[in-house]
Amino acid sequence: MATDVLAGPDGARPAAPAPAPRRTRRRRGIRGDEAPAGWLFVAPVVVILGLFMLLPILMALWVSLTDWNGQGSPFTSRVPLVGLDNYTDLFTRDGLARQNFMTSIRNNIYYVGIVVPVQTALALFLALVVNNRMLRGRGFFRAAFYFPSVTSSVAISVVFLFIFANSGAVNRLLAMFGFDGPQWFADSRGVLHILLGAVGVDEPPAALTSGGPFGMAWWDWLSGPSVAMCSIIVLVVWTTSGTFMLMFLAALQQVPETLEEASELDGATRWQRLRFVTLPMLRPTLFLVLVLGVIGSWQVFDQIYVMSQGDPAKTTLTPAYLSYRTAFRDFEYGTGAAISFLLFLIIILLTLGQRWLLRERDSGPRPRRRARSRADRAGGPGTAEVGRSGAAEAGRSRAAETGRRS
Amino acid sequence: MAVLTQPGSGPTVRPPRDEEPRTPQRRRRRGGNPAVTFAGYAVLVFFALVFLYPFVIQLGNAFKTEPDAAANPLSPIPTVLDLSSVQRIFEGTDFPLWLGNSTLVTVVVTLGRVFFASLAGYALARLRFTGRRTVFAVVVAMMAVPPVVLLIPKFLVLNQLGLYNSYAALIVPVLVDATGVFVMKQFFESIPASVEEAARIDGVGPFRMYWSVVLPMARPALITVTIMSFQGSWNELPHTLVAVQDPGLFTLPRGLADLVSGSLGKGSQYPLKLGAALLATIPVAILFVVFQRYFVRGANEGAEKG
Repeated sequence: MATDVLAGPDGARPAAPAPAPRRTRRRRGIRGDEAPAGWLFVAPVVVILGLFMLLPILMALWVSLTDWNGQGSPFTSRVPLVGLDNYTDLFTRDGLARQNFMTSIRNNIYYVGIVVPVQTALALFLALVVNNRMLRGRGFFRAAFYFPSVTSSVAISVVFLFIFANSGAVNRLLAMFGFDGPQWFADSRGVLHILLGAVGVDEPPAALTSGGPFGMAWWDWLSGPSVAMCSIIVLVVWTTSGTFMLMFLAALQQVPETLEEASELDGATRWQRLRFVTLPMLRPTLFLVLVLGVIGSWQVFDQIYVMSQGDPAKTTLTPAYLSYRTAFRDFEYGTGAAISFLLFLIIILLTLGQRWLLRERDSGPRPRRRARSRADRAGGPGTAEVGRSGAAEAGRSRAAETGRRS
Repeated sequence: MAVLTQPGSGPTVRPPRDEEPRTPQRRRRRGGNPAVTFAGYAVLVFFALVFLYPFVIQLGNAFKTEPDAAANPLSPIPTVLDLSSVQRIFEGTDFPLWLGNSTLVTVVVTLGRVFFASLAGYALARLRFTGRRTVFAVVVAMMAVPPVVLLIPKFLVLNQLGLYNSYAALIVPVLVDATGVFVMKQFFESIPASVEEAARIDGVGPFRMYWSVVLPMARPALITVTIMSFQGSWNELPHTLVAVQDPGLFTLPRGLADLVSGSLGKGSQYPLKLGAALLATIPVAILFVVFQRYFVRGANEGAEKG
């Protein structure tokens, strides 16, 4: 962490003494003893984060090892302790819990597999268009594309329920082009199954009817997202693209104009300029957007809760929603908490994977460096350094917000 | 001042440049192909429709009769202007109650988050005390915890403390958010310490330093955190699901979700639902129009990492 770089305001003072004597007692003379004030100032944050984040996580870890049903306190000896059964049941024991969990994992994999590439591509495309300096009114269009991201996910879900209703706007539009729209939220058919059906494969081939991993047949693993899930995917792409577009826009503004002009003088076409000059410079942002997208997509909850509650036929069940439902509808808090922690694990693994990959890329020479050192001089020492280490975290939590909202 | 307008987000994040003056020379060179310009506008207009038309549909259909909404879902203009759905939002549902709860919770949570975040951010940026780095490390770690994973844990602790089903349950757990602390700390580190040094020589104590010297300089960051908090709190659904159960404590998103899941009785009643959703959207929409660049900055908190 870069905190040591900015051990207080001293760095900005021109007459600062050499580093060694800075922290000696003599300084206390001017600054006084800051420890009581410091701890007092951070106390509310420490208490609330500790009480409502750290402590609950520990409590939930305990509950995930029990069969608590919501009656009384989970921390008495009367609550049966089951060890790791809640976890292992989700993988090894044939039953409803495993079936639901694996279904939710399948659904979310398809969901991530479609949402992340589509929203990233759309966000990049919109950013490139909005960044075109010839066009007027770009501020308006930028705001228009971003607006859905800031509105209430619940309110937006209500609108999309109406839009995707049987006699709703989408089906009406499809009818204009001669298509017969499906009953979006009642249709549990997987898209891949429908496509296979279109080429004559209505029955699963014998090889696929059984034997898939974790007690689910290969045919079911390979269903694709259901029609109902597709409407949720459309909603999410529609809401989150704007946020990621802003990230791309911020990065596009870092591309030095001189570079583009130089390539123009060298006779590069518009496409070549995009492909060989602009896109390579966007790579770090592209990567960030992909990672934030993946992390956010594993947390989809609000839309599922409002629009489908996991139905039809469990095809919109996701681990986040499943953990909620298992705990608060079926009163199996142990299993629900176990699902939460597995989801947590999935997200942590994805985050670590991102760290690892980012570190690889950081070693290469990057043009952004120059912009940064210039800003270092302007903004005082430290600001940019902290930006580097911390902003990824800020971005991640921001993406979590986005993921939930969207 | 140039530093002040870019709190925390570091030097590379700034509101995208819009209509800056261009030299005629450059414009001529870039102006070029009218077909490309036309295509650019076509794309922009098409996507503006895609992103905004759902709101137009929402607005239009809120003022339709139910059969009209079912028959002409795409049309933004009601065949007959029908205000009965809007009326029923206020008379036939608990909408006014949800609105009151949402307002109360959002105002308290926003004030709390801004105050606590700036207080802690200031201490973490400027005051020297043992454990400061540990506290900051914990704050950063908390930012990485996915919120949906905390649903059951939060319920457990509220239940254990006897807070479940109360206003306190809606407010206290979300009174601090790690991201806000982070943003404020970054901001305070970006402003020069000379003013504080001067005040310190005058014998100003830490709290007065924070309150009357530093805070007035922190306006941009305060606005960013205020907006992030307001928007997050106003739109929050999952936390209310695990904090309260009593319909008297429902906030707007919770009440809306309840309407959708069928508490209305017969019929789909889309005009009513759309109208209620529209009313729930308005406060954030107004905020967005007025403070757009702060929203942009909030979103770009994540774009810095390159």
